[in-house]
Amino acid sequence: MDTILKDRQKQILIKGKDQFQMECAKASLAGSVSQRACVFCGSRVVLYPIVDALHLIHGPVGCAAFTWDIRGSLSSGPQLHRLSFTTDLSENEVIFGGEKKLYKAVSELIDKHRPKAAFIYSTCIVGLIGDDVEAICKKISREKNIEVIPVQAPGFAGTKKDGYKVACDAIAQLVGMSKESKTRPNSINILGDFNLAGELWLLKDYYEQMGVEIVSTITGDGRVDDIKRSHTAALNLVQCSGSMIHLAKDMKEKYNIPFKRVSYFGIEDMSTALYEVARFFSNSEMIRKASVLVKNEINALLPALAPYKQKLAGKRAAIYVGGAFKAISLIKALRLIGMDTVIVGSQTGNKDDYLLMKELCDAGTVILDDSNPMELSKFVQEKQADILIGGVKERPIAYKMGLGFCDHNHERKEALAGYQGMINFAKEVYASVMSPVWQFTKPKSL
Amino acid sequence: MLLRHTPKEIKERKALTVNPAKTCQPIGAMYAALGIHGCLPHSHGSQGCCSYHRSTLTRHYKEPVMAGTSSFTEGSSVFGGQANLLASIQNIFTIYEPEIIAVHSTCLSETIGDDLKQIIEKAREDGKIPLGRHVIHCNTPSYVGSHITGYANMVKGAIDYFAESTGKKADRVNLISGWVEPSDMREIKRIASLMGANSILLPDTSDVVDSPQTGSFNMYPKGGTTIADMVASGDSKATLACGEWATKDAAIKLENKCKVPFEITDIPIGIQATDRFVTKLSKQAEVTIPESINNERGRLLDVITDMHQYLHGKRVALWGDPDQIIPMVEFLLDLDMKPVYIVSGTPGKRMANRLEELLSEKVPEAKYKNGELADMFLLHQWIKNEPVDLLIGNTYGKYISRDEQIPFLRMGFPIVDRIGHSYFPTVGYMGGLRIVEKILGLLMDKQDAECPETSFELVM
Ligand code: SF4
Ligand code: SF4
Repeated sequence: MDTILKDRQKQILIKGKDQFQMECAKASLAGSVSQRACVFCGSRVVLYPIVDALHLIHGPVGCAAFTWDIRGSLSSGPQLHRLSFTTDLSENEVIFGGEKKLYKAVSELIDKHRPKAAFIYSTCIVGLIGDDVEAICKKISREKNIEVIPVQAPGFAGTKKDGYKVACDAIAQLVGMSKESKTRPNSINILGDFNLAGELWLLKDYYEQMGVEIVSTITGDGRVDDIKRSHTAALNLVQCSGSMIHLAKDMKEKYNIPFKRVSYFGIEDMSTALYEVARFFSNSEMIRKASVLVKNEINALLPALAPYKQKLAGKRAAIYVGGAFKAISLIKALRLIGMDTVIVGSQTGNKDDYLLMKELCDAGTVILDDSNPMELSKFVQEKQADILIGGVKERPIAYKMGLGFCDHNHERKEALAGYQGMINFAKEVYASVMSPVWQFTKPKSL
Repeated sequence: MLLRHTPKEIKERKALTVNPAKTCQPIGAMYAALGIHGCLPHSHGSQGCCSYHRSTLTRHYKEPVMAGTSSFTEGSSVFGGQANLLASIQNIFTIYEPEIIAVHSTCLSETIGDDLKQIIEKAREDGKIPLGRHVIHCNTPSYVGSHITGYANMVKGAIDYFAESTGKKADRVNLISGWVEPSDMREIKRIASLMGANSILLPDTSDVVDSPQTGSFNMYPKGGTTIADMVASGDSKATLACGEWATKDAAIKLENKCKVPFEITDIPIGIQATDRFVTKLSKQAEVTIPESINNERGRLLDVITDMHQYLHGKRVALWGDPDQIIPMVEFLLDLDMKPVYIVSGTPGKRMANRLEELLSEKVPEAKYKNGELADMFLLHQWIKNEPVDLLIGNTYGKYISRDEQIPFLRMGFPIVDRIGHSYFPTVGYMGGLRIVEKILGLLMDKQDAECPETSFELVM
């Protein structure tokens, strides 16, 4: 079966066999059935969890309709973000420009909903017809006296990852707007968690138990006012390599706030994330509290995990997720429940990420960048994986091939972060891998 | 409350669509192309659009949905997407080996002004299209029409490309299917075969997006209208097109190109629309309506007779595509229910006129709106002003259903939170039976849950 595009050979690596460096962050090949999305998508998923802001999509109806409440990002208060507002550009406006419509729409919405800020996304078409979105935002901003922030996110300008950067730039406009300037002791911002299935609340609870103050959460369950004073935090914690690192770097530059990259998936990474903060503040009381917390959690967790580990030992997993950092955490988390990772790939990883993956994996593991369904299914079959961990487009492929699936993406239903998340993860993987349904499907070694 | 932002007072909105009741053209083109055997849909534009459309179809069908994208970059948006499409065609035929590539445009390539036809011609001249393989196309700018328009355009594109007339008419009827579920397409075929009508169905997504679990992933499942059938459709003696919005253009095309006379009928939802469908088909195919079909009709009537008191006067709000809404409204009226609020994102006066005909006497208080600004927000406002007993429409109604505690029957596209639509038809008399069963179940469950103990009844 020779289904690998020649141009893609440098984006697939088999540990122990291939030596080259991964070529990544490449645009998908024209004609490929890529699993990737666009810049707009990237910016939208990052900003969307700011729950007391207004999100309006300037463009034709589709871009908005498809991002209407697709991310299971929870709010403890306002639900304004869950509404889908669009200027629904029609042919006329595509020809004569959509500025008037945009102006009216935003003004009307601000009057009605009194949001704390407004994000105006422009999609591909707006980039082409040349509406001066920035000028309109400025004008409305002056008239209504709130921040109206343009998010220039034409999809063609790159991949989802580029959209993260666009989103970071938009958020950066809010940071530092509050008058406060004194750095708050023992305080952090949590960057890059989107509160899927309420994960952020778990994390907040851990840190608060340690005596850490959380100034803002960007963007999960996010609030505009918190972001405005986020420059008063002493430390930024950044999850995921992709989505928020840009903002962290920006804040380091402008406000001299150091940042640490962390991951909350799996026992190891979660514990490290807590200890790092305690160590950063070199506060012995905090370190003590952290170790008590970690010890208690792990003591409760390990026995609970044991039965799953026993059943899952030796089962094989394939990982194909958006961010590489997540993929790496997953490899570790899977190992903790006795499973081997035989395929690992991401949509947006960079060279270093792939090197790290290579280090973590056993020989023979297939490492992929920006894969497509044919490739994935080929390797999954070759490697006889028992479960695929991926996003919405991968789920049905996995099921068709008769293997289990775990959603580690937007459609996640259970919190997978933190210690509680590890148990949920084990349960989910177990339920899928061990489902009796597989006994009825044809043996998959063809 | 999730939609606590919906105010009761209805103000004139000029520029704003809130919670749109429609999606965009390309997704329709993609769905239609899936109903062609061995066909890979291809989205000529940026990656994002394609990714969204695939995800939405995947969420609706819980099936893998394959499609290529031209992966536009900044450069293509300036210089046009010709190079991308040429490369795509070559790559797709080499790697994914479909029989047909069905290219649709996006807002982006439309605005740039890419000429799909000319680019595909060029691909042919350059030898990028292997012998016996095909590239069909249609234009689908989203700022015109809705997903239904895209569906209609792709069906027309397929016919335009394949249908041929040899001059010899065959004893066969073309059935052009509007946007319905694979289950419905299967049911339409079942009805035709019960009637002994020799037919070709186009498009046909059964056995494509409802394919069985076999332990292997197949990029081109066994279903879909074949090339041979599409070619042969030019020799059929007649065409029956089900659903004006989605199929009329294709039917006209076929008549102009191959002299196949056509009739338009509604999607056969409910008693009368199914009556019309069956009658027209029997005339066109020159067959009689068999006992078995009459019995199905009789069973549906029997159930309605038994239960009509539970249906009487119940107020219904519905939303979706005109092709589905119109026969559904008719059916609701036949069930003695009151379709009081209707919105559809698909524009066009035709719809308002049809609804007017159906509703003006029987439900003079009914409110309906289609096209721009006919969205779920407006529907919700109407409901807040005077509530209804039942909601019928796609998944996006669940917010209203929860906030206002109204029973909710899922129908239409997309349904991303329930299963069943792929497997149980709503067309034909049996489909009607399923609708009635569902409606009754919803209404009676609510009654059982909420009625005072004194009027709680065992037998209903
Ligand atoms: S750009 Fe047009 S085609 Fe693409 S998702 Fe938006 S509305 Fe649909
Ligand atoms: S039009 Fe552009 S912004 Fe909208 S979905 Fe398509 S690629 Fe993304």
